[in-house]
Parts: sequence; C-alpha cells; structure tokens
Amino acid sequence: MNPFPRLFGRNRRYQDIDVSVQEHIQERADELESEGMPRKQAEQAARREFGNVALVQQRSREQWQWRALESMLADFKFTLRRLRKSPGFTVTVLLTLAIGIGANTAVFSVVDGVLLKPLPYPDSNQLAALWLDAPGAPGLANFESGLRLSASMYFTFSEHNRTFQSLGVWAPSTANVTGIAQPEQVHTLLITDGVLQTLDIHPAFGRWLSQADQDPHGAKRVMLSYGYWQRRFGGDRNVIGRSIQLDAKTCEIIGVMPRGFRVVDNDFDMLAPLQFDRGNLKLAGFGYNGIGRLKPGISLAQANGDIGRLISTWMDTFSNGPGTNPHYYDLWKVSPHFRSLKQQVIGNISNVLWVVMATVGLVMLIACVNIANLLLVRADSRQHELSIRAALGAGRARIVRELLFESVLLGLIGGVFALGVASAGLRLLVAFGPVNLPRLSEVTLDAHALAFTLALSVISGLLFGSIPAIKYARTRAAAALSGANRTASAGRVRQRSRSVLVVAQVAMALVLLVSALLMIRTFAALRNVEPGFTDPDHLQLMHIYIPDLLVADPRTVTHQQNEIADKISAVPGVTSVGFAAAAPMEGFEPNWDEIGAEGKVYPGGEPPLRMFNYVSPGYFQTAGTRMVAGRDFTWSDIYNLNRYVIVSENFARENWGPASAAIGKRVRQFSSMPWVEVIGVVQDVRHNGVDEKAPAIVYWPAMLESPYTRTPTLDAPREVTFAIRTNRAGSESLIGDVQQAVWSVNNNLPVATPSTMQEIYSKSMARTSFTLTMLAIAGTMALALGIIGIYGVLSYAVAQRTREIGIRLALGAQKNELKWMFVRSALTLTVIGVSIGIAAAAALTQSMKALLFDISPLDPLTFLTVPLILTAAALLASYLPARRAAAVNPVVALRVE
Amino acid sequence: MAKHPDDRDLFPGALEIMILQSLRHKPMHGYALVKHIKQVSDELLQVEEGSLYPALQRLLREGLLESDEGISAKGRPTRIYRLTDAGIRHLERELSSFGKMFDGITRVLAFSPR
Repeated sequence: MNPFPRLFGRNRRYQDIDVSVQEHIQERADELESEGMPRKQAEQAARREFGNVALVQQRSREQWQWRALESMLADFKFTLRRLRKSPGFTVTVLLTLAIGIGANTAVFSVVDGVLLKPLPYPDSNQLAALWLDAPGAPGLANFESGLRLSASMYFTFSEHNRTFQSLGVWAPSTANVTGIAQPEQVHTLLITDGVLQTLDIHPAFGRWLSQADQDPHGAKRVMLSYGYWQRRFGGDRNVIGRSIQLDAKTCEIIGVMPRGFRVVDNDFDMLAPLQFDRGNLKLAGFGYNGIGRLKPGISLAQANGDIGRLISTWMDTFSNGPGTNPHYYDLWKVSPHFRSLKQQVIGNISNVLWVVMATVGLVMLIACVNIANLLLVRADSRQHELSIRAALGAGRARIVRELLFESVLLGLIGGVFALGVASAGLRLLVAFGPVNLPRLSEVTLDAHALAFTLALSVISGLLFGSIPAIKYARTRAAAALSGANRTASAGRVRQRSRSVLVVAQVAMALVLLVSALLMIRTFAALRNVEPGFTDPDHLQLMHIYIPDLLVADPRTVTHQQNEIADKISAVPGVTSVGFAAAAPMEGFEPNWDEIGAEGKVYPGGEPPLRMFNYVSPGYFQTAGTRMVAGRDFTWSDIYNLNRYVIVSENFARENWGPASAAIGKRVRQFSSMPWVEVIGVVQDVRHNGVDEKAPAIVYWPAMLESPYTRTPTLDAPREVTFAIRTNRAGSESLIGDVQQAVWSVNNNLPVATPSTMQEIYSKSMARTSFTLTMLAIAGTMALALGIIGIYGVLSYAVAQRTREIGIRLALGAQKNELKWMFVRSALTLTVIGVSIGIAAAAALTQSMKALLFDISPLDPLTFLTVPLILTAAALLASYLPARRAAAVNPVVALRVE
Repeated sequence: MAKHPDDRDLFPGALEIMILQSLRHKPMHGYALVKHIKQVSDELLQVEEGSLYPALQRLLREGLLESDEGISAKGRPTRIYRLTDAGIRHLERELSSFGKMFDGITRVLAFSPR
C-alpha cells in the first residue's frame, strides 16, 4: 500500500475517530437519560461504560501509523539532539564530509560528462571516426592518431561502401567576413554532403547543406551556428536568404544549426560546403576528418574490412598525376583504422581523469577513516551509557542501528553541504581545468551527479559508522560496568582498531604523495625541455589570412605580408617581427613531404616523410629559435626564388653528421624535382608539444616555386602566424596598434586569435599541470589527515593511560623513556603503514605511466623521499602527546582515579 | 493486533466478520453497530468499544470499509461506515472458511467414542 496518502490523510482520520467516539458516548448517554437518569449522571455513566476514551482513540489511531517511520523519526530527533550537544565533533565531521564528497562529486561530474555520457547525437554508438593506418610510411610513425582521409577517398568510400548509412568528411578552417561590421575572422567548418546526415541533427530552421551545394561552379551557400546567428544577426529569423561576404565571395545563408551543436568536438561560426573539383582530384591530400554512421548491427571491424577492400579501388580510380606510381600507397600499407567517434573525442584524457577520480576517492577513504576514528573516541566516551542500556535490555541490534543511523545521518547532511562544494569546485575546474579537456562545456551537476552524491553519502556513512558499530555490538555489558575498561590492558585492546586505521591512513597518504611527487618531477622535467623558442611571455602571436579572391597573385600576397611585417615592426615596443605557416604547439596539423638528401640511398627506394613549414626572414630570430649553422633567409632570397632551404638540427645530424656539415648540401622532394641547397640549420623545435619528440622539419621560404605542379607556379602560404617580439605582448593596446598597422596595408584583413607564446606553451603542459595540481591538493590533504590521525590516536592513548603513566613515574621511570615509549608506538604504526604503502604505490603508479615524462613510475628518489617525509611528519605528530605524557604529575594522576 | 482483554470470548477475526456482515445490510455508525450486534445475538454478544473502534479503523485501512460524514438518528454529526466491494469479496471468503471451521468444530464436539 502506498504510505503517502496514509500519512497525509492521517489528521483527517484522527478527527473522524474523535467524532465517532464522541457521538457514541452521547448516544449512550441519551439512552441512559431516556431510561430516567439525569443528563449529567448519564454522560458520566456512558463515559465510564465506554472505558478509557483516550486509549481507545489512541489504539484506533495506531491503525494508521507507519511504525518504522514513527520510530525512525524519534531516532532522528534523538540523533540530532546528540549531534547538537557536541558541535566540535559535528562541525569537524560535516566539514570533512562536505569537502570529501564535494570533491568526489565534482570530479565524478567531469568523468561522467566527458567519459561516460554518450555523445549528443541520436544513436551515437553507431558513429565512427574514419582514420587510416599507414605503417609503411616512413616518418609518419611518430604521428599517433594515424592518417586522415583525402578528398578522393571520400568519393570512393561514400560511393562504394556497404557498411555505412552515410559518411562524409570535414575540415576546420577560417574565413574572413567582410561587409557586416569590421572585417572579422570566423571559424568555419568545411563539410561534405553526409556529415550532417551522419550526425543526424537537423537545423533549428532553414535547411541542410546538400549534395547540390558541393558543386564548385554552383552558388555559394552557408549555414550559421546558433551562437554566430545570435551574435551577428541578433537572432533574426529572416536571416535565411540573406547573403554575406565570406573571403570576398557572396554566400547565401540557408540555415541555422541548433544551440549547442558541434561537429565532433569543434565549435564553429559557419558551416560551408567543401567544393571539390572531382576531375582534378589526386590520391594525396590526407587532410580531411572522416565520420560515418554504421548501418545497424555492423561492427567497426566489419567496416574496416569493407573499406579495406576499397583501398585498391581508390588507387585504380585516382592518381597523383601522370608519371607517378599509381599504386604508390601500397608502399605505405594504407589500411582503415576506424574507431568509435566517442573514443576519438575523448582521446587520451581518460587516463588523467581516472587517475584524478581514483585520487579523490582515496582521499575520501582517508577522510572516512578519520571520521571512524573520531566516532570510536566518541563511542568510547559513551561506553558507560551503552553498557547500562545493554544491561537494561536494549538489544544489540537496537544499539548498532542507532550508531549506524547517526553515521548515515551525518553522511547525508554532509552530502547536502557537499553539493555546494561540488558546484563551486566544478566552476573552478571549468575555469582552470585543462583547456583541451573535451566536452567540458557539457559538464553540469545533473541527476547522475545527485545520485552519485546520495550514494556516496550513504556508503561513506555506513563505512565509517560500521567500524564503531561492529566493535560495540561485541561489547560485554558486564565488562564495561565493572570498571575493567580503566585498566591499561583493556585500553590497549581498544587501541587496536584505531591503530589499524592509522596504518591504513599512512599507507594511503603514501600512495597519494608518491603520485603527486611523480607529477611534480614530470612537470620539472617538462620545464627543462628546450622547446625551440625563448622568453614566451614576450612573444605575441596572431593569425592573418589573405584569401585568393581578395588578392589573387601569390607574389602580391607575399609583398603584403612583408609590408605588414614592416609596419608592425614600427609599432612602439616591437623589437622584431616574422611569420610562418605555423607556430609551434598551436595544434596546427602538420604537413609532410618525402625529402631525400643528395647521394643517399633509401631502403624501399623512397625517402622518409618530413614535416615542413614556411618561414619569413626574421621569424627564427623573433621566435628565439637558435641558428645552429649557416644563415637565415633574406627577402632577396625570397623574391629571387632562390632554391634554398633551412633544416632542423636533427635532420642535419641524421643525414650528414654534424650540423655544420649540412651547409651547402642539397635535398629534394621527388626525383622529378630540382635540388635545393641547405643554407641554414636551426635548433630542434617541439612542434607538437613539450612532451612530444621534436620532429625533423624542413623550412621552405615564405614564397617559392611550387613543387607540386608540372609547370612552375608561385606558391605562398595565405594563412600565416605572425610572431611579434615585444614587452607589450598580451596587451589589448598592442593588438589595437597591430590591427591598425595591418589595415594600413589592406583594410579587409582581420587580425585573428591573438595569444602569447606563453599561453600556448602553458596549454601544451595543461594536462600535466592539471594532474599535478589535483594530485598535489589530494596529497596535501592526505598528509594532513594522516598527521591528525596519528596525533589523535596518541593523544587519546596518553589520556587513557594517565594512571599507568603516573604509576610508572612514581616507580621511578625516566621522563625520556616515557616519551620514547609513545614515539616508538607511533613509529611502529608508521613503518607498517609505509611498508604497505610502498607496495601499493609501486603497483598503482604503473597506471600513471602515460602521464609521466622522462621519469620511471618507480623513480627511486620519489620512493625514498616520500617515506622519509611521512615518517618525519609522524614523529612530529607523536612528539606533542608524548611530551604531555612525560609532563604528567604522578600524584595528580593517581588521585584522579 | 493486541487483544483487548474482553475479546477473549471471541476467536480471532470473529469481530471483523460480524462487523462486515452487519454492515452488509445497511451502513451504520459505531453506536448503531454495537446495538445491532447486541440485539441480533439476543444479547449473547457484547462488543466492547475498546475493540470496536480499532477494528473499524483497521478495516478502513485495508479498504474493506469506507466511511462518510453522516448524521446519527439523534441528529448529531458522526461517521457512517459502509462496506466496499473489496469488503464484500473479503466477507464471502471469510464466511466460507468460517463455515468450514465451524463445521469442523461442530463435528469434533459432536464426536463421542462408541
């Protein structure tokens, strides 16, 4: 039966009973009166006959009461009263719980939002990210995600596959918007037909981009993101059909995507169609992200097999141009290596999150141990009361229930406060967490988090409550009443469970401290890495993109870039300027070429792939990349199209030994290309992040005769990163001045995504510093809780053994001996805890391997330092109680009893 | 339920069956029920108030009865108890097992060894 109507209707029921009973008595009185009894007497008689009115009413009411609840309510009131009576204890416990549960809830929300929840697309488990493996491509091996798709692959796969409902490719890009307000650079996603179908999210209004919009000769159309639509068009629904200038092209707006829609993990302002000229597509150009929706019941392995058979179809259909090997990619052993889209989004961050989750969980466990300790002390002081109640017949179950009830209640109240802590913690995490944490914007304190908090509150309440409960269920009433608990030996027995708790705390604190120290050592190692640039605080970066409809001739592009650099260098405070196609650690997707050195013979006949970049004169000097040998490009080298190249030091050493030996040597891309001369060698640059090996890089001049076409054509990178060396880096005023300088050259060019090199550098270390911060906080908490635990146990032992100490002193024991006795017992516990902790840490830190840099998970220094720190802390924590013991006055101590 | 000392003459469930059976013919308030049972049993059975009201509440809670605001014969407000459909079904079941039990008891009491 549903208890709630019964509860709520109760008062009405009680009134009904009263009415009924009253009427009953009145009617009996009427009867007696009609038999001739005076009214007053009749009423008294009726009442007497009826019996105990109150009792009957009470027993009638009881039919409606839910006994368990009533008695729980009584327990609740009793427990609250007891908690109020010891505010110190209550506040300590609640604070510990609020922080412990709160931290766990916050981290759980992140783990849930990032790792556990499905992606925000319908049937998202059918979505796959299309990546290829190319184990045979020399030089690609250190590129961990694999190879993306080329445009020709998109056509081959989407037309011939049998395992996908739909598939498409996309690429992030940027575009300049002109004609609305000031020129503005926006984030675009270029997509083919199939991408939106695959994600299956329909526009908020308007229509999808379709196959017809992919025609390179057709009209240009775009879709807007909800955010851009709000920002630039104020949410005007009449935006459909309007046109905007995108990279000097007129585009019609055909739709707006719903709020919060992202393609995989990419935010964007606009979706624009990829317009491939199918007739001119080559095999190469692996720059596109592929996604597909599997047909129901099809596995990734089946899809891999299906696409795998299409690789040779692809090589039969397209080529890299006349005279090239049509089945060149057989050498690369290209094969599909599809993964679930979710796995692609999460990437390697799951490692960090699980380590952090385990860490806060461990802290929670330590906190529970501490609370259990406090409860034991408290239960000890209630021993007498509990014994009397047991003697009076209170059942064991009743006492255990009461103790557990108190703990669970504490847990629940702590859980309520924890929600406040969690929501504050989440805000901090979102503000300071690693910027590259995917899906962070989706993280909220939702129903999952609430359920987690509730479960954790109850479980931890049961956990720390069960230790005293189990212990006291065993207590013998007689033993407690006889006063036997006052002797030293019984005290020691009672100490035992608390000693076990201290050992557990020390062991867990050691694990956390070892992890924290490993991360600190990792961070230090990363800081020691020479990244290939200097003084990043004073290096300002920004992007400038010159679209071909704005400036058609590559030579003019380079001239304008040169002129912009000159204007910027005249800005006050700027000491040096240069630009490159990509700055280090920006997350730029590198490009590769085969680069062969003159006179070298390569296994398989093909030279390995090398990353390449385009740089302007002065770029290296501005970035602080050291010239190891030779010289930089000059502007006359560039305008004269001199066939010069600069290479990285590791490339030079690999091919010619010492760096200086590289100067004057020659390299080329393909056998049909002209040789170019190495004029300079620069230090290695950690292009993909501090913790990734520095790739071998070939630096082309900022303008050159393109190696990719049969007849020489000029090629210049249109989107470049300007590097500006100035002590004004990061200031608003500098950006303004630079923008003015750029507009003085071309007033249609926006300055985009300014940031200092320091910001990019920090971002590259964000994962490490995030893990480090979390572990350091957890480690410190664990250490503090551990020290408090040891101190508490010893203090209590001293207080319990005052009489024994008095006797010892009276019999002539030395104070120092006494002190040592207490310190020794703390030391014993610590040593046991440390030994267990070392074993546990050695096992657990293996799971951190992927997070560490240049350091072993069994780093001897760490495994030596932490136990020493812990032991020193334990000695400190034991000294104060020990001193108090030695200061006991034997006369007073004995009189107390 | 705890037994009222005065219940000792009735076996468990007998009071409830009598209440249900009495209310089957017409809805009544508490006092009328007491008088009804007393009359019909030729004053052999006396229902104690101390048992009646808890029993009524128990039957209400189990949904076998329902109660309405009503007016007693004397014109005072009271509660009128009435059988529900579930009450009728319950009564039928109880009467049938009650009959079997009664039959059994009668046979045992009537038995005498030859």
